Amino acid sequence: MILRPPTYLFLLLISLASAGAAERVQFNRDVRPILSDKCFHCHGPDDKKREAGLRLDVRAEALKKGESGSTAIVPGKPDLSAVIERITTTSTDDIMPPAKMHKAVTKAEIELLQRWIAEGAEYQGHWAFEPVRAPQVPQVAGAAMPVDAFIRQQLQKQGLAPSPEADKATLIRRVTLDLVGLPPTPEDVRAFVADTSPQAFEALVDRLLASQQYGEHMARQWLDFARFADSNGFQTDSSRSMWPWRDWVIRAFNDNLPYDQFTVQQIAGDLLPNAAQDQVIATGFNRNHRINGEGGIIAEEWRIENIIDRVETTSFTWLGLTLNCCRCHDHKYDPFTQKDFYSLFAFFNNVEESGTIQGASNRSGGNSVPFLKVTSAEQKAKLDALQAAANAATKAVRTAEKDLPKLVAAWEPTLADSKQVAKSAWQRLEPESVTSKFGATLTRQADGSYLAGGKNPPKDVYVFDAAMPADGASAFLLECFPDPSLPNQSLGRHPNGNFVLSDFDVFVQKPGGKPEKQVVAKASADYSQKGYEIGGVVDKKSGRGWAIDGPTKRDPRRAMFVLKTPLPPQAGAKLLLRLRHEAITSHNIGRFRLSWAAADAGEVKLDGDTSLAEIKLIAAIPAAKRTPDQVKRLHTFFRANVESPLRAADQALAAASSALTTFEDTLPTTMVMKEAATPRDAFVLTRGEYDKPAAKVTMATPAVLPPMPKGAPLNRLGLAQWLVAPENPLTARVWVNRAWERFFGNGLCKTTENLGSQAEYPLHPELLDWLAAEFMRSGWDMKAMMKLIVMSQTYRQSSAVTPAMVAMDPENRLLARGPRFRLTGEVVRDQALALGGLLVPKIGGPSVRPYMPEGVWDETSKYGDLRGYKADAGDGLYRRTLYTIWKRTAAPPTMMLFDAPTREICTVKRSRTNTPLQALALLNEVTFVEAARGLAQLMIQKGGTTPEERLRYGYLRATSHELEPAAMAVLLKGLKERLAWYAAHPEDATKLVSQGQSKPAEGIAVPELAAYCTTASVLMNLDRVVTRQ
Amino acid sequence: MNATSLRLQDHLNRRIFMGRSTAALSSIAMASLMEGRAQAAPVFPNFAPKAKRVIYLFQSGAPSQMDLFDPKPQMEKYRGQDLPASIRQGQRLTTMTSGQKSFPVAPSMFKFNRHGKSGTVLSELMPYIGTVADELCVVRSMFTEAINHDPAITFCQTGSQLAGRPSIGSWLGYGLGSMNQDLPAYVVLTSFGTGRKEDQPLYDRLWSSGFLPTQHQGVKFRNAGDPVLYLSNPEGLNRGLRRQMLDELSALNEADHAQGGDPETLTRIAQYEMAFRMQTSVPDLVDTSKESQAVLDMYGPDVHKPGTYAANCLLARRLAERDVRCIQLFHMGWDHHGGLPNAIRGQCSDTDQATAGLIKDLKQRGLLDDTLIVWGGEFGRTIYSQGTLTETNYGRDHHPRCFSLFLAGAGVNKGTTYGETDDYCYNIVRDGVHVHDLNATIMHLMGVDHERLTYRFQGRDYRLTDIHGTVVKGLLA
Repeated sequence: MILRPPTYLFLLLISLASAGAAERVQFNRDVRPILSDKCFHCHGPDDKKREAGLRLDVRAEALKKGESGSTAIVPGKPDLSAVIERITTTSTDDIMPPAKMHKAVTKAEIELLQRWIAEGAEYQGHWAFEPVRAPQVPQVAGAAMPVDAFIRQQLQKQGLAPSPEADKATLIRRVTLDLVGLPPTPEDVRAFVADTSPQAFEALVDRLLASQQYGEHMARQWLDFARFADSNGFQTDSSRSMWPWRDWVIRAFNDNLPYDQFTVQQIAGDLLPNAAQDQVIATGFNRNHRINGEGGIIAEEWRIENIIDRVETTSFTWLGLTLNCCRCHDHKYDPFTQKDFYSLFAFFNNVEESGTIQGASNRSGGNSVPFLKVTSAEQKAKLDALQAAANAATKAVRTAEKDLPKLVAAWEPTLADSKQVAKSAWQRLEPESVTSKFGATLTRQADGSYLAGGKNPPKDVYVFDAAMPADGASAFLLECFPDPSLPNQSLGRHPNGNFVLSDFDVFVQKPGGKPEKQVVAKASADYSQKGYEIGGVVDKKSGRGWAIDGPTKRDPRRAMFVLKTPLPPQAGAKLLLRLRHEAITSHNIGRFRLSWAAADAGEVKLDGDTSLAEIKLIAAIPAAKRTPDQVKRLHTFFRANVESPLRAADQALAAASSALTTFEDTLPTTMVMKEAATPRDAFVLTRGEYDKPAAKVTMATPAVLPPMPKGAPLNRLGLAQWLVAPENPLTARVWVNRAWERFFGNGLCKTTENLGSQAEYPLHPELLDWLAAEFMRSGWDMKAMMKLIVMSQTYRQSSAVTPAMVAMDPENRLLARGPRFRLTGEVVRDQALALGGLLVPKIGGPSVRPYMPEGVWDETSKYGDLRGYKADAGDGLYRRTLYTIWKRTAAPPTMMLFDAPTREICTVKRSRTNTPLQALALLNEVTFVEAARGLAQLMIQKGGTTPEERLRYGYLRATSHELEPAAMAVLLKGLKERLAWYAAHPEDATKLVSQGQSKPAEGIAVPELAAYCTTASVLMNLDRVVTRQ
Repeated sequence: MNATSLRLQDHLNRRIFMGRSTAALSSIAMASLMEGRAQAAPVFPNFAPKAKRVIYLFQSGAPSQMDLFDPKPQMEKYRGQDLPASIRQGQRLTTMTSGQKSFPVAPSMFKFNRHGKSGTVLSELMPYIGTVADELCVVRSMFTEAINHDPAITFCQTGSQLAGRPSIGSWLGYGLGSMNQDLPAYVVLTSFGTGRKEDQPLYDRLWSSGFLPTQHQGVKFRNAGDPVLYLSNPEGLNRGLRRQMLDELSALNEADHAQGGDPETLTRIAQYEMAFRMQTSVPDLVDTSKESQAVLDMYGPDVHKPGTYAANCLLARRLAERDVRCIQLFHMGWDHHGGLPNAIRGQCSDTDQATAGLIKDLKQRGLLDDTLIVWGGEFGRTIYSQGTLTETNYGRDHHPRCFSLFLAGAGVNKGTTYGETDDYCYNIVRDGVHVHDLNATIMHLMGVDHERLTYRFQGRDYRLTDIHGTVVKGLLA
């Protein structure tokens, strides 16, 4: 499936910016790349692996007499330099690098090294670690802007001329796709082409930078850096909610938050004084990593992995450094040590987190602590109002409480009639016998509960027989308690502490009669495990039952079973209760108690009191002799069960609190960074392994880079300030280099992912530095830098190219022509939606579910809550792609075909490939078929009345250009043939135009629409449409 | 990076040309260009390959080695006794069993038999595989580093426990290229098992190209609908119309190329033509209606149910016939923490006959001579029972320190059993084979020196075997 290049392409690589024969060899440009790649591995910064004590990355070391008595580098004397001898020797034993490294030095490289030593073997510091200084802008005729001056100076050296400016239609399409990721409308194009003022282009750029779609488009790449997704990753890969962070990124770009603040807020917004909600949300950057919840994992192993991920992602994103190499050992190429790595680790090590997802939330999804409830201004107002109401209700309760003793005294005499006074109270059901059907022991406890012990049968049944209560019974209460003797000190008998109650059977046996089964009409519980709701006990079809997350939750639980028909009092009748555990093996209840109530079904309450028997005893004690504890119990019972003004106040408070909680539960949450009160200790980890701590380290930035700014606190905030300090040589260079890559396809230094020693030496080092300096000078103004780049003549050149130019500079590194490359997958899809008039421009909010292939999440997983993918109805199908729900282990398939990463780890650079699978997607995926139909409709509705007019409109919409006669002829012929074909095959036409959820426009003949749909699809698949040129 | 430059980058990265990209070139000028030409002949394969293609039958979830390949009859006398500390040696356990009060030895309840001329010993659970025993090289001394599924499978596939590295199929496709014009170089087929119907998930990452160009990612064939995503034209649009549309597309693209001159535009045309060819080559591939009854019978009754392991084995043979470089099946459901005897019976009934059928079918077509087969999972299982041990039931936890798998086909030392574990099947006593060693050996059989197939990423030359791995001579014919 690889499209293999013909061999002649190798010829096309040419010398672009060389040290000509007369020019001095430059260490950084010419020599460092050779030494770094071929020598530093054994003779570089890593002192643990250094061979023969020889170090070549530091001049003083390289010039010393070595262990063997020879000297590696003798300035001015290549013939006496051991380095030259060892790379040129014919001895297979002595040759460097050793053959097993597969890194032979080429003849040309040898010559360069010889020349460099002959010229004095001068070293330079690695260019990217040198301070950023704005170089002098060269004076070049015709270059109005510094960017152009630098580029043209280089072109002149090569004897090349820049290309003319692209035509206006091409320009508006290029800059619109680049800045907002959507195509211009035909109206935009026509207006721009018609505007002949010199400021027309600048006005266009300003308009695009000010549009809300700009932030969306810029955010897209940042999501790759931040490994943003809607799932937790790893085996179960259940859902999480980080979209408030994603929306923050969009806002930050749209508000043009300066990059230094953009950085500080994401690294340490929580540590800013009086941090605003938005600043805390921003710290989600470092919570976007995956979290593992696989059964049996060792939590600390995965907490360490998460922190390492933060260090790596932060260093890739801001510093363009591969510090990940230092996880296990000192860096092989760059002057960073393993200690540097773990000193950075220490900054991220102090969040109160387990590192894993525990228990049920692994399967059911959700955010892991620490997280933040996020409110809009409107929601904040409502939240405040609800909070105020709850406060007022609390106050009212305090006032009413003063009357409590009086109220209780008045009530006590009526206590004898229990049915009247405490309708919702439960009375303990005293059994005649309690046994396990399969041989467990059930032992009565002081509180009247029964504790299971002995053997734990696979599917036990608890047999509980009692006399019919004096008042009859309408409902039963099952209380389950944790016990230290139970597995996991929890509530169930399974080794993990869980239970599953499959049935709660009630029989009545009248004297001399047979047991008669009663119907349980309703069951409710104060807590149910997801997937094991209490309703399953009543619903026989469920095949499951009631479970309570025993492995993780150890609180007492209660469940209530209400009979369809209340049982009347009947002397001599027996109640036979059966608690069955037949859903899952060995999941038996550990400790339980049963109570009854006789009130009407509507009045029994799950949280009703269970202590009536005890209360009656207390009431029988003369008031003066009651202990304070007894008084308290009496009062508590009264408040909970007897109507009074206080109870009304209590109920009002409960309602207000519940309204508050209910509303709070609707608020989205997002994971954030939050420092624990005491920092954790951090250590160098031997070989990077979590269980091999070595020397203790403290928070510190890498030793070879400039120190933290004066006054910066020693925490994440200080680290953030260090990243954006003007002395930091990397942050600005990394950013402008990637900005350049965004517009030109390659960075000025091509290895935008790595500016370390192994990086490419930039083709235009002065321009890179000038841009970096300008970025900082502008106050880290991202929009200003975007504008500065796109306003340049270099950016505005035509991308047309001759075979000679392709041969000369296949990758267009010199920029003698405008940039041309395929759009990203997201832009390809967004553009299709826009061309088809389907795009829903709503910004932000929870992620949406557009069309995906049937079974996209289910073919390889039956775990977690992200299963059974179902596309949204309506708007969710037509939102921009950055809102598409992203499950990391089964990422959106079309995006995967278009080079999107899985978002499991930080990705700062995507590949850009062409495969037939992409073509199949663009031709056949329902989104694109529906979009083609949308475009067809617009051609018919807006294009005019003749096929020619309609084709012209469609072509303009798709390409921003006028249709040439030759192409018109091709398209017209095909359209006419298909018009005829579909007229003869109306049923096929109906099938084709019925793709997708939106309905075809009324009033257009279906065969006609189908034919236009095919031609619209041709237009949308044109190379010039999926490419920005 | 456009496609042209990307391909150039591929080749540069493959060391065909020279060590570094254009910057280094820049200072070297024409002389080195000539040198580059001299080196431009492909370096892969590095030597004559034994296998042109590999079919890797991944048994996901970790099959129990002492119930399938590595009999320990002597364990019967220790039944129920605690695993001796001298055997465990304080090695870590998962938190699923680290809290157990005891680690009762659970001898396998399955019988083992000798098969074929070689006398290869296999469990009674694999009667069909027994009939091809003389084709197998059973390895009893595999070991790995990870103790949980996700990192362990990722490790087998990419040489790293963490996400982000290319998978073995991507490496092979990248290094060796495709052998055909209308199918992917790396195809993945998945199936759920009947032993544990819900277990365990797989992840896109397992066949991802990592940092290699995306075109090298495995193409997962789907078990329902189009086998390849978006393969079918939309309803109401037939192949004749599609051809007509593509002709218009080509005509317009060619005109644009005449004006704009970007070679990428020609690539685009080729891309659409290849897609058009796939629209017939893939349906032809998955259409098994012309397979003879005798052949279908070899794979067992499940072969008629799309998406089963057996049906995928048949597809694997058809993919091999069409010279797909790397074919990988993932069969889920081998994670038997509890109720192992029943679950493993289910898994074996899924896989036993079909695996044997595949080997025989390849052999009768002469394809076994240049096809490598690998059958195995991500780690082993513990000799001690997880949960209660009874006469007829036990479970086993994860065990990275030894496990078994087998190879068959091209270049394999067939009819042999390699390596040895201790009495408790807990530690390796002879000829340990690390996952990196296995991967190095697979690459070796494919004609690739695993130390030389590297890719420059973030300044470092990465390879499948990281900085480890030794070709295991004992596994080679």
